[in-house]
Parts: sequence; C-alpha cells; structure tokens
Amino acid sequence: MSVVDHPAPRHEIRERFGFLRRSYAMLVKEFIQLRRDRVSFAMIVMLPVMQLMLFGYAINTTPHHLPSAVLLQEDSDLARSILKALENTAYFRFLYEVHDVEDFDNLLKSGKVLFGVEIPRGFERAVRRGDRPALLVAADATDPVAASAAIGSLGMVVQTALKHDLYIGNPPEMPFEIRAHARYNPTAASSLNIVPGLVGTILTMTMLIFTALSVTREVERGTMESLLSMPINPVEVMFGKIVPYVLVGFLQAFLIIGIGVGLFGVPVLGNLFLLALLSVLFITTNLAIGYTISTVVQNQLQAMQMSMMFFLPSILLSGFMFPFAGMPAWAQYLGEGLPLTHYLRIVRAIMLKGATMENLRFDTLALAALMLLAMTIAVTRFRRTLD
Amino acid sequence: MNGGNGIAIDVKGLTKSFGGREVVHDLSMQVKRGSIYGFLGPNGSGKTTTIRILCGLLTPDSGEGTCLGYDIRRDAEKIKRQVGYMTQRFSLYQDLSVRENLEFVARLYGLTDARGAAREMIKRLGLSGREEQLAGELSGGWKQRLALGACTLPNPQLLLLDEPTAGVDPKARRDFWNEIHALAAEGLTVLVSTHYMDEAERCHEIAYIAYGHLLTHGTVEEVIAKSALTTYTVTGEDLNRLTAELTGKPGIDMVAPFGTSLHVSGRDVAALEASIGPWREKSGLRWQRSSPSLEDVFIELMGRSKDNFQ
Repeated sequence: MSVVDHPAPRHEIRERFGFLRRSYAMLVKEFIQLRRDRVSFAMIVMLPVMQLMLFGYAINTTPHHLPSAVLLQEDSDLARSILKALENTAYFRFLYEVHDVEDFDNLLKSGKVLFGVEIPRGFERAVRRGDRPALLVAADATDPVAASAAIGSLGMVVQTALKHDLYIGNPPEMPFEIRAHARYNPTAASSLNIVPGLVGTILTMTMLIFTALSVTREVERGTMESLLSMPINPVEVMFGKIVPYVLVGFLQAFLIIGIGVGLFGVPVLGNLFLLALLSVLFITTNLAIGYTISTVVQNQLQAMQMSMMFFLPSILLSGFMFPFAGMPAWAQYLGEGLPLTHYLRIVRAIMLKGATMENLRFDTLALAALMLLAMTIAVTRFRRTLD
Repeated sequence: MNGGNGIAIDVKGLTKSFGGREVVHDLSMQVKRGSIYGFLGPNGSGKTTTIRILCGLLTPDSGEGTCLGYDIRRDAEKIKRQVGYMTQRFSLYQDLSVRENLEFVARLYGLTDARGAAREMIKRLGLSGREEQLAGELSGGWKQRLALGACTLPNPQLLLLDEPTAGVDPKARRDFWNEIHALAAEGLTVLVSTHYMDEAERCHEIAYIAYGHLLTHGTVEEVIAKSALTTYTVTGEDLNRLTAELTGKPGIDMVAPFGTSLHVSGRDVAALEASIGPWREKSGLRWQRSSPSLEDVFIELMGRSKDNFQ
C-alpha cells in the first residue's frame, strides 16, 4: 500500500446529534441493501397484486351475539317485547340504549355496534291500529357476512317470538313491517370488505418478514460482529432498520388501495390523510414486532417460522376471515392483542364509513401501545455482546 | 492520550468459559502503546475470545483491566470509539460497494465529512477504480485491505486484528505488514493474531497462547531465550528412520523435519546430547548445534501444553 504518498487522513469526529447520525448511517445502509435485493423488492410489488387477484371470497359463518344498540323513541311494552325477542334469537346482544339519533349513528360509525334497532315514536299505537308501522334495523354491512345472516333471520324470528307475547290477537300477517337498512355497503359486495382487509393482511405479512430477518441475517453473515464492535446502540440499530421499511410499507398500502379503488370500485369515504397516518402507525407496529422476533430467534429459518406463528392468528382472529363478533369471547380477547384487528377496524371505518379520528381513538391507542411494547422488548432483547 | 502511562492494554486474570468449557484461563498481558504485539497459538487456543474481550464484544467471567485507560467491563462503549477491530471472517457488507461500506463506517463514527473520508481512504488503500465494486466480489487480498481501511478510518488508537492475513498471497501479506508498521510508526497500537512465523518475527513483542493459557511472552529473542531449548540440525540420508528412532528418547523433546534437515531439540542439554550420542558419529549424517528458531520453540510449547491441559 502506498503509505508514504498518502499519510493517514485525520477527520474530526462530531459528538452532537450522534443518535441521529448513527441511525442515519444504519438507515442508508439498509436502503442500499434493500435496493440490491431484487427478489425482496419484487415481492413488495408482486405480493399485494397476487393476493388481490387470487383471493377467494369470504367464508360464511353464522354470527351470534352481534353487538347492537337500540334507538328507543318510545318506551312501551311492545317495544320491550320486541327487543327481548330479538335478544332471544342469540343473534343480537343489546349493549347500548340511546334516545338520540346522533348517538345512534356514532355507535355504528365507530364500530362499537354492528346492529341498531330503531323503535319510532307512537309505534305501539300504530300497531294496535293495524297501520303496520316500520321497525328500522340498521346494519353495518362493511362486513356483509355478519350482516346478511342476521338480517335474513330477522323477519321470521321476530314473528315467531312475538306470537305468544302479543295481546293484540294473532293476525295472519306481521303487525308491523321490518325495514332493514344495510349501511355503508348496501349491495353487500364482498370486495368492499376484502380490499381494506387485504391492506392489513399484506402489510402484516411483508413487514413482519422484512424485519424478522434483519438481525438474524447480520448474525448469519457475520456482519453483526463488526457492527457490535462499533459505537452504535440498540435503539439506533432498530430505527435504522425500521425506517426504510416504513416507506416500503407505505408504498405497498398505496398500491393495494389504488388497485382496490381503480379495479374494485372501493370507495374511500373518510380522510385520506388520516388513513395514511394510521397506516404508518400500523406499519411501524408490525415492523417493531418483526424486529422483536429477530432479536429472539437464532437463525433466519426460525425467524420465518415465528413470523408465520404470528401471521396465522392475525388472519384468523382479527376479523379478516371470520366476523370478529361471531368469535367466542376468549378468541376475541386474543384478537384484541393483534395489531391487525385494530387496523382492520380503522381501515374499514375510514374507507367505507368515512369515520373520523374521534371514532377510532381506541384502536389507535391500542396500536400505539402494541408498537411501544414490541419496541421495548426488542431493545431489551438486543444483545450488545456476543456472549 | 488516555491513560497516559504508555500502556495500551493492561489486563489481569481474564477468564472466559462457554458452556462449561474454559476457553481463556487466567490470562494477563500488557501491551505498550505504539507497539505491534503478536498473538500466536494453535486454532481454538482462545486468541479470538481474548481479542473479543478486549474490544467489549464479550464480558469476561472474571478478571479485570483497562484498554486505552478505559475499564473493559464498564466502559465498553468508550473503548469501541477508539478501537478498530478487524474480524477473522470478512464482516463488512458483501452487498454494499467499497465506497458504501466505508461511508457507512465513517457515518457511524460521526466523521464530519463521511464521503470525503471514504474517498481519501479509497485512495490510500489503492482501491481507486474499484470503489463501486461490491465488497463481496473483491478477491481475498482486496477484501482484507478494505477491512483494514474500514477499521482505521475513524482514527482509532488501537487496532485488534484477528488473523488478518489468513488465506492471502505473500505479496499482499508483505504490503499489509508494511502498512501495519507505518500505522504503528504513527503511534497506533496493534494487536495481531497470526499463524505465520515470519509475521511473528515482524512483531515488537509476541505472546504464545494455548488452551486458554498464556504460556510465554516477550520479544522474539526473549521468547527463544526463555525456552532454554537446545537444537541440533541434522542433514544427511534416511532422516525418516532417524526421526522414528529419536522420537521419545530421554532428553529429546522434539524432532521436527525442516525441508531437507531435521531439528532435534530438548531443554535438558546433557540428556539430549547423551541420547543423540550414538548417531552423531554415524557416517552420512552431519550434526550442527544451532539456536532454535521461533517455530521450534512454538512446536515444542504446543507439544508440552498438549500434555498439560488436554
């Protein structure tokens, strides 16, 4: 080496903004590596396209105990009987009793209830007079599987149940009319439900795997030894590894929603900026979980297996495949612990119902909490030494 | 300079076990600033483990000490800023180019002008024209040169080089050692592990480690003198039969062929001379008393330590 011609360069070392500087160094490196990894890069684009094209339509199950609300504008014996009869069908569970139309609408919009029954003023009197008044049933049809089965059963079930309770004789036909209103998705089109759901599942799958492999790959290629001998701390490594993929995830979400709107005619009723913001939160949560996996496992194969272990329940218990409300309580509790569950509510609510931040506060907080939990575990699990 | 006492590495009683197997046993050593310290010993003797303890990659089970004046247990992060560690296996990013790798290191250490520093290093390493080549596509010699460049980039005070010249051709090896001497002349301390005797002889001081025990240390002359080994060089015919007959005789600690000659060594001169007596007058054999080479000393040490620790 031509030592004499080029004396060792002396460069100053800056201490300020060390955290940002080192995270940035890591981030640039990850970006370059991602750009060179053509197969992964192709996967980012191919996966959502394939999924969207190939995904079959939802599996039909009979939901029960659907969370419901009643808008009671008259407190009569008949109204109580009808509610009791509806609850007896085991399809509905009345959680809220409101007297105001706006409250009623908000419950549906925020996803707290999937069903609403409206008993109008003067209902009992109208029945007695034989006017056949309307009993309005509003259903959140963004999940058409859950909604349609319940709607379909309404008429017969109510009539049978009321037969014995009614003291207005036994008329040959229904004494009132049931007017079902499938809100948000009047035609019960599955694609309206599937596309927003796919945004969530595809992001879960790709984000999880990208970061799950990141630390183990460094260990397996031997680069971890060199990285650990340099002055970088676990938080800086984590940020450097997560940030590039936030952009990748964002791109992917944009692609899926774009195809959904362009090809399947899925509407985006809510605020696009809110959707983007909460999507970034969801993407980061998944990346943090993937990164946590990578600090726990020994090699890349284990990382893949563990990602699948997380991915499967995410698909099954989040309300993507089966209506969330139809699952037994324990499964619902598990589901609440999965980021996908919360994101599905968010993405469906924003795209199909035009929900605002106000309606989505709980799910947003849940996502943020899960993200912080994963990051904390990852940073504590990251080993600074080779011990 | 940190510490200010002219000692770069000062450790006592380092011990490290993996899964109940003791890899480093009660190891103490001192390395002077600005010196080149050679670390020798058979494979699996604990050289890499010791180097990793010194740069904070492993925590010792017991023992204490300082590296550049910083406590090896408490100040691992400070040590990392001042130490360049070149791993045994190439550990830069294979899918990053030469330039990108150097810029990554420069940024990580917070150099004010990462691009400029990388550019200068490329020139210094003689890698101009290859800066956009992926590190994984470089030949062994170039990879090693790049790795050395990467660990000297942030101006460390101490270089830890773990078998840096393994699998590198003689020309590249010589260039590499010239560079190491130039760096030491600039005040850098270098700890380098190696299997090559000619490299050991280019070190200011050496230490020999086997089965986790540091067996001897000092300058090359001191190590040879300390061995108290007497060596006879034999040339002639049918050395193979001679080897078989001499091996295991009292006073003969080592019989080792060196090209067309045979080295017969022992620590007890009287016993050695008594044992070789009958063959010294044999026609066709020429005996000559010589000072033992470093290799004689090490092979003898290796044979001895095997009996003691295995």
